Parts: sequence; C-alpha cells; structure tokens
Amino acid sequence: MKTWIAFWNILKKDIQNYYLKPPNISWGIIFPLSWTLMQMIRSSGGMNLSDIREMLPGLMAMSVLFGTTSMLAVTITFERKGRSFDRLLLAPISLDIMVAAKLSGAILFGFFNAFVPVIFAAFFADLSGINWGAVLLAVFLIAVTSTLLGLMIAVSAKEVFEAQTFSNFFRFPMLFLCGLFLPISSLPIFLRPLSYLLPLTYGTDLLSGSILGTSILSSVLCVLLLLAFTAALFIFCQYNIRKKWIL
Amino acid sequence: MNTMDIVTVTNLSKHYGDFIAVNGISFSIRRGEIFGFLGPNGAGKTTTINMMIGLARPSSGSILIDGIDGVKNVKKAQSIMGIVPDESNLYDEMDGFENLCFCGALYGMRKATRETRAKELLEQFGLTQAGKRPFKAYSKGMRRKLTIAAGIIHKPEMLFLDEPTTGIDVESARQIRQLLLELKQGGTTVFITTHYIEDAERICDKIAFIAGGSIVASGTVPELMESVSHGHTIRLAADTDLEPFAEELQAHFSGCTVETGTDHAVTLISEKRIALSPVLQYLDGQGISVFEAKELRPSLEDVFVKVTGIEAAKLKKEKEKGGVAK
Repeated sequence: MKTWIAFWNILKKDIQNYYLKPPNISWGIIFPLSWTLMQMIRSSGGMNLSDIREMLPGLMAMSVLFGTTSMLAVTITFERKGRSFDRLLLAPISLDIMVAAKLSGAILFGFFNAFVPVIFAAFFADLSGINWGAVLLAVFLIAVTSTLLGLMIAVSAKEVFEAQTFSNFFRFPMLFLCGLFLPISSLPIFLRPLSYLLPLTYGTDLLSGSILGTSILSSVLCVLLLLAFTAALFIFCQYNIRKKWIL
Repeated sequence: MNTMDIVTVTNLSKHYGDFIAVNGISFSIRRGEIFGFLGPNGAGKTTTINMMIGLARPSSGSILIDGIDGVKNVKKAQSIMGIVPDESNLYDEMDGFENLCFCGALYGMRKATRETRAKELLEQFGLTQAGKRPFKAYSKGMRRKLTIAAGIIHKPEMLFLDEPTTGIDVESARQIRQLLLELKQGGTTVFITTHYIEDAERICDKIAFIAGGSIVASGTVPELMESVSHGHTIRLAADTDLEPFAEELQAHFSGCTVETGTDHAVTLISEKRIALSPVLQYLDGQGISVFEAKELRPSLEDVFVKVTGIEAAKLKKEKEKGGVAK
C-alpha cells in the first residue's frame, strides 16, 4: 500500500508539474497538428483532406515518439540538475517502482498526443473500419518503447540541452528509417537492417495494419517484437540507472 | 554491535578510480544522540553521508542502521531515515504545503495523515503563511527550514543533515540548532555534518573529525578537549603590570610556568590543578589587586586545528565561503 501511495503521488506530481502545464499542452496539440497539415500539403500539392487517413499511422507514431522522448528525458534531467530527483532516489520504494511512476506519466502524455491527429482526422475523413483495439495496443507499445528510449537518454545526459540533443540524435534518423516517410523497401539495401532494429518500425507497421489494413509483418510478430524491445530497453535502463544514479 | 548503538559503520571506504574519498572509517552512534561529523571542505563528509543514506555505494566496509544492513538493504534502511541534504532539493513549482505532503507520500503516509503533519510542521517552523507560496519564492533560510521539515515529516528515528546551517542567517541557524535539540529530546538520533565548529560544540554529544578521508579524532566534546589540554591554565589580570613579578611567581609556585601577556595579565600553566587562593594571597602580599582570574580551556577549534593540521585562518575562509551563519 505504501509503495502505491508513493507511486501514485510521483505520477500525479509529474502530471501536474510538467505534463499539464500550458506550454506542454499546447505543444502536445500544436505539434501533431502541424505535422498533419504539413503532410497534407506535401502529399497532394494542395489540401486533400480525405487523404488524412493514409497519414494517420505516421502522424500518430511521430506524435508519440516526440511527446514521450522529449518530456521524460527533459524532466528527469531537469530534476537531477535541481537535485529534487535525489528525493525520489532516497524514498523507501524500489528504484523500479520509482522509475515506473516516472515512465507512466510520459506514456500517458504520449498516448494522449497520439490521438490529437485522430480527433482532427475525425472531422474530415471516414474513420470507420479501423481496428481500435489494435490501434490502442500499438499506441501503447510505441509509447512504452519511446519512453524507455527517453529514459535511456535521461540516464546518460547531465544537462537539459544534452538530453534534447541526444533525443534528436535518435529521433530524426528513426523517422526516416522506420517507414514513416519512405517505405522500407525503397531504402538503400545497407540501411534496411537498421530499420528492423528500431521499435518504431514495428509500431508504425502495427498502426498501418490496424488503420489502413496494409502491413509488412504480421500484427502478432510486431507485438512480440515490441514487447521484446520493451524488455530489452527496460533491462538496459535498469542496469544503467544502478550504475549511474547510485555512484 | 552495542544494543545502544543505532548506527555502526565499520571500515567504510569509497574510491573513485585512484582517488580515495573515504578511507576505512569506523564509528558508532548511540540511539538518541547528536553525532557531529566535522571536517574541512573535501574531507569526505558528504561522501560518507551519501554512503550512509544510500546515494553512494561503498567500495568496501559495512553500515548497520538499526540492525539493518545499509549496503545490501538500502531501501529498508531508508524507511527509518530522514534526510536533509546540503542544498534544498524540494520542488520549485510546488508550494510549501504541497512539497511537505509530497515528501510524506514518498514514505507511504496517507493523505489525511500527511496533510495534518504538514500543517503542524509549517506552524512549528513559522512557515504557515509561506505554506501557500511556491518554493521558488522562499528565502534561503525558509528553504532550509522547509527542507528540514520535509526530512522529518514521517517522524524518522534517524535524521541525517548535511551542513544544515551553512549560508543562512543567524536567527535561522539558531532556530535550526534549537530544533535539533528538541528532536533529540524526542528521541530522534541526529547525524550532522558541518564545518561550523561552534555548531558542533553547542549541540553535539559526540564528534568525529574527518580529514583527508580518515577520522583523525572522535569522542565527546570534553574528551576531545582533554586530548589537547596540557594541564591547567589560569589567566590573571591585575591593576598593575604583572610582568616584573613573573619570575618571582614562577619561583614561588614550583611546577608552574608563567607567561606574561598584554593588559597587565599573566598566565599560569601547570600539569596539576592550580590552587587559586595561595596565588591571590601572594600577589595581595605584594600589593597587587587581582580583579580577574579565569581558567583557560582549549576550544573545539583548538582540537580541530591540532588533529587536522588546518590553520584557523583557513577554517575562517571556508566559513566565509560557506555563508553568513554565526
């Protein structure tokens, strides 16, 4: 019970202090909207609102990726810099529970970000026939893996600007390699193995399958691979946390 | 481990590569006492406290806190600790009340309990009005007080404070010392690191001096003073210059060394206790009126200087760097 009181209060504190602050709310809305509009203009040379469904998997994946990695990496680095993070390290709850509470806030933020393009699209396109259960699962798994990537950055960065730089170092290559802009099959052959090393590739494919009905791999395989990425990233982060946060 | 001891540290070391921050230190703290850990900047105080509270992993040695292995079972040990770091580490965005409630929640306190306790503490620390203000709007003294309040919200058995009075005003420093004494009366054991020797002298039951990562002396304040005291020293001040009588005094009171000083004063130093009455009678017989006789005792600062080899001037410089307290 005591552990859950601590868990819930860390999560609540993060949501109130960071995720529900006006700049982050507006960022969470404006960023996905901007991407949506940009893609629409680019795709048809003019405003073709009915194409928006085609863009949804990519827009949702991007919104989650940017929302989660930015927020977690920056908030943890910010708290570590201000030493308020020590208070969490000194609490009599296991490191895993404390980290899980921090991750949960970012996952929720990413989750809600993902549905901004969906709400926008609902006004202009027919969204019937979408497998919403699979969409929710895909968004959740993308949010979890992206948040863990954010955590990996947060463990390594000492300054907020370092966290932002590291985040972009990971995120922008991922956008071009995971099949969001270019199909993986059209990438140079030496880059294709890299695509399959990225969790976002499987998340995007899962979203494509559930929204558009087209995917490269089977949904089950994508889910299993995303779960494997989650486990691997969690273990890696756990190892790094014990090494770098407790000196 | 003595049953009276709440903390037992044995051969504790911390190395960062080739650099030895803490070198095989051992000490114990009795339940309900205030234990002072004194040393200059960089002596190893913060590294030691960080190992004890679980923010740093010892390279070797053991830490036993209330029978709990503080190295292997850190989280259990942390549940009985209150921790006040050298820099306030509360949340700038939250107000005083919210900060205290959040800290209580980290120790699993239920909402009603932590809110009642937070209000009590704000009142105790004179921060009731400030409780609604964001932490970032607090003065340095208020920040320190709220950080201490956050450290004791869950009524810990053992409180660790790292440099609690550094850089704060005289009144806040006095209030903090008073609070520590009250906590001690309530049965809380306190471990305090400081480089303010006067703080330690005023409130600590036991003191350990650390320099270069090693404990160079430890004991109660009288024990430590005894270690630098060489017999008995009395300073006499009279209405006339006593310098011409110094040799006579020394001859008359064998075993005493007489030193002359300014302001018509002499200092008598002896291995044994000096009986005052014969000295006064002798000087009276010489027509000299003594208007002040004072026993000179070594200060804790003398002990510190002796055991660490650090000059008082350097200490003063460190104090000035540290802030304005005192």
